Amino acid sequence: MSRAVKQEFWAGVRALAPLLVGVAPFGMIYGVLALANGLTPAAALAMSSILFAGSAQFLFCQLVGVGAPATVMVAEVGLLNLRHALYSAALAPRLAHLPRRWKLLLAYLLTDEAFAAISHREAESQPSPDRHWFYLGAGLALWGGWQLSTAVGVLLGARLPADWPLDFALPLTFIAIVVPLIRSRAMLLAAGVAGSVALLAAGLPFKLGLLAAALAGMAAGWWAVDKA
Amino acid sequence: MSVWLIMVICGLLTFGLRLSFIAAEGRVTFPRWFRVLLPFVPVATLTALVIPELLLADGALWLSWRNTRLMAGIVAIIIAAATRSVLWTLVGGFATLALWSSLIG
Repeated sequence: MSRAVKQEFWAGVRALAPLLVGVAPFGMIYGVLALANGLTPAAALAMSSILFAGSAQFLFCQLVGVGAPATVMVAEVGLLNLRHALYSAALAPRLAHLPRRWKLLLAYLLTDEAFAAISHREAESQPSPDRHWFYLGAGLALWGGWQLSTAVGVLLGARLPADWPLDFALPLTFIAIVVPLIRSRAMLLAAGVAGSVALLAAGLPFKLGLLAAALAGMAAGWWAVDKA
Repeated sequence: MSVWLIMVICGLLTFGLRLSFIAAEGRVTFPRWFRVLLPFVPVATLTALVIPELLLADGALWLSWRNTRLMAGIVAIIIAAATRSVLWTLVGGFATLALWSSLIG
């Protein structure tokens, strides 16, 4: 590896490292939650590689726990992870020149946290022909941190003190991601409608309120742009 | 259907969403309504996840200064707007949660 490649890779790892402060407690609580909802330790660990999406894994466990139908589970996980298509669209032009194996690998590693680190890097520094190594460093750092913390959660299970509010790491992380995105009235409207519908529809079975809220928020944003 | 099978379907679906535009770049053009809708997806889904965590307790609305998660959430929103840092938002949110819990406890 050349010096520039190493530099980009480790810059990616370093950019992602602070975000592990939120990932680690959430990974642990996911491990605990998975077992509590009847998943086997093997399934709980495998999900961290197969889905590799914290909020969707959390939702998946809750839906297993309430016995949701398979179609509902796939629809909700799909909608919850639809935002990754946006991240994919944002990165696509920068990855267009790479060979297919790089595209597959970086797509697999594309998460909220990695995307946040990458966006920051793109805004703060000069373009680099080795930037994909930065993506890889950030993606692998998150992947490793996530596997490790979910394994700790699965191993410790119910021995983690119940009064530690570890699950609060997820709303806090999402607040940190969403708030800077709200830079227009249309965005504010989308957030307001999604939040309101989420409260009103919280009583629906199988967490369908989440689905309704996300769709209503998107529709509101779309309406605001279309009207303008 | 087995949990494993559903998990694999969800995994493939998620990977497909992550790969979608990266694989299609330069080959497919998407309709206008889709390109207008897409920027709202993260804000809508993540807000839908966050708001009930802050405002609901056992399924009921809890608008009170005794609601420690609501207070910590408000502080986190202010910090996120001011610093745009995930780390400081987490630190400030957890610190407020701990401090507020001990104050009203």
